[in-house]
Amino acid sequence: MHMKKTIITVVGKDTVGIIAKVCTYLANNQINILDISQTIVQGFFNMMMIVDTNQTDKDFGAIVDELAKLGEEIGVVIRCQKEEIFDSMHRI
Amino acid sequence: MINLYEVAETNEMIAKENLDVRTITLGISLLDCVDADLRKVNEKVYRKITETAKKLVKTGEEIEKEFGIPIVNKRISVTPMALIGGAACRTSEDFVTLAQTMDRAAKDVGVNLIGGYSALVSKGMTKADELLIRSIPKALHTTERVCSSVNLGSTKTGINMDAVRLMGDIIKETALISKDNDSMDCMKLVVFCNAPDDNPFMAGAFHGVTEADAVINVGVSGPGVVKTALEKVRGENFEVLCETIKKTAFKVTRVGQLVAQEASRRLGIPFGIVDLSLAPTPAIGDSVADILCEIGLEYAGAPGTTAALALLNDQVKKGGVMASSYVGGLSGAFIPVSEDQGMIDAVTAGALTLEKLEAMTCVCSVGLDMIAIPGDTPNTTIAGIIADEMAIGMVNQKTTAVRIIPAIGKTLGDKVEFGGLFGYAPIMPVNSFSCEAFVNRGGRIPAPIHSFKN
Repeated sequence: MHMKKTIITVVGKDTVGIIAKVCTYLANNQINILDISQTIVQGFFNMMMIVDTNQTDKDFGAIVDELAKLGEEIGVVIRCQKEEIFDSMHRI
Repeated sequence: MINLYEVAETNEMIAKENLDVRTITLGISLLDCVDADLRKVNEKVYRKITETAKKLVKTGEEIEKEFGIPIVNKRISVTPMALIGGAACRTSEDFVTLAQTMDRAAKDVGVNLIGGYSALVSKGMTKADELLIRSIPKALHTTERVCSSVNLGSTKTGINMDAVRLMGDIIKETALISKDNDSMDCMKLVVFCNAPDDNPFMAGAFHGVTEADAVINVGVSGPGVVKTALEKVRGENFEVLCETIKKTAFKVTRVGQLVAQEASRRLGIPFGIVDLSLAPTPAIGDSVADILCEIGLEYAGAPGTTAALALLNDQVKKGGVMASSYVGGLSGAFIPVSEDQGMIDAVTAGALTLEKLEAMTCVCSVGLDMIAIPGDTPNTTIAGIIADEMAIGMVNQKTTAVRIIPAIGKTLGDKVEFGGLFGYAPIMPVNSFSCEAFVNRGGRIPAPIHSFKN
């Protein structure tokens, strides 16, 4: 089966432990990280992860909600979206 | 592989520039609900709508969540009700029961609007068509979510002036019956020339008889995205301007195409079309008028507006056509007044008149939309405004429409409040010279010479 990938983005004020907290959540839920890229623009933390959610038992909607909640706790915005929306917009 | 900047661009569009999918509209054929017994028609209509659409809202919400793209409306369009009720309805009251059934079905499946309380009378009216049209004021007043539309003309048939005259009365009556509420019922009623069978946008959506049993049509939006993209090319020439609009329209439409395909797959209902319209909302930064200003006008309505809009409309189509496998519906820039803060500002500043809006409708979709006029405007003048707009559609082989609100008890300087996505509208002046003798002639205007292509 074609592996459906998911994009997680984290945007917000840079602080200690953002990646650690997101990665811990992912590891606890059997979500495998395939790729991470990250920059800091004018003090703002901007990270994108490409992950594989095929191993997790959790409902996709629940992951979206829990990551958003985790973001609120850290003070950043975390989005979790299926890759297709970006592919369809940026790839012919 | 997708990169950080592309992901950031998409998410900026969604978070800051109001990129959304405006509507997933499920078209449902009710032709198999026809029966001579009114009670049975009502039962069949309710059952067909609720069974076909039972997963629509939930599926829409799932797609919204998984892709992180707002899908603002989930809606239903049905076969024009004049065709479905024709065998059973003996009176206008009978037709009203069908509107109430549509309303009940819409509420039970959780959609916010249902379109198709409609009659197609571009050449002539059947008895059923006329009964339905005469029932519109009461049908809209006793329901919440039902939208009504009437096709009054086409390039192939000419304009049914008897129906135009009648709609002048019906629109006024619809305004009167809801006069305690700023004549709000009128915003659920639109008249067309060349109405498309697959339009996903309200109030004019209906499921044409040429369509399959059920079909998914999607309307995208994104005036804010186009506006933001144009901010980066200020002062550049028309080539750069047009390329920027085209590329942006492509990206916006791809999202619509994705959502349409996903909805179609999950619901097991064929994908129909993506409608490429730039549909504004009253939200700041979600305005077609603001795009016109960004192109270089002080206000929408200034000289140059028609040219700017023509260019915008054409580039949106050129970008969108390649992004979707099937394009249809209305597909173009919408220029409603009340639903677009920039348009409201232009009217308030005195930059935008009814006549200029009429000129603008020659080059874009759809027509005179969400325009409030004084409540004492004569019925024949409303019919005259409709006739003008129908003529533009007929001669230019395009869809045109009129959704006008004669705000009872209000006049110039007042405004009407519709609330939510519908916004508010200042009352616009109407040419006060009479066209009574013209619209009272009766009969129809023949099809134009260039319609004879066989």
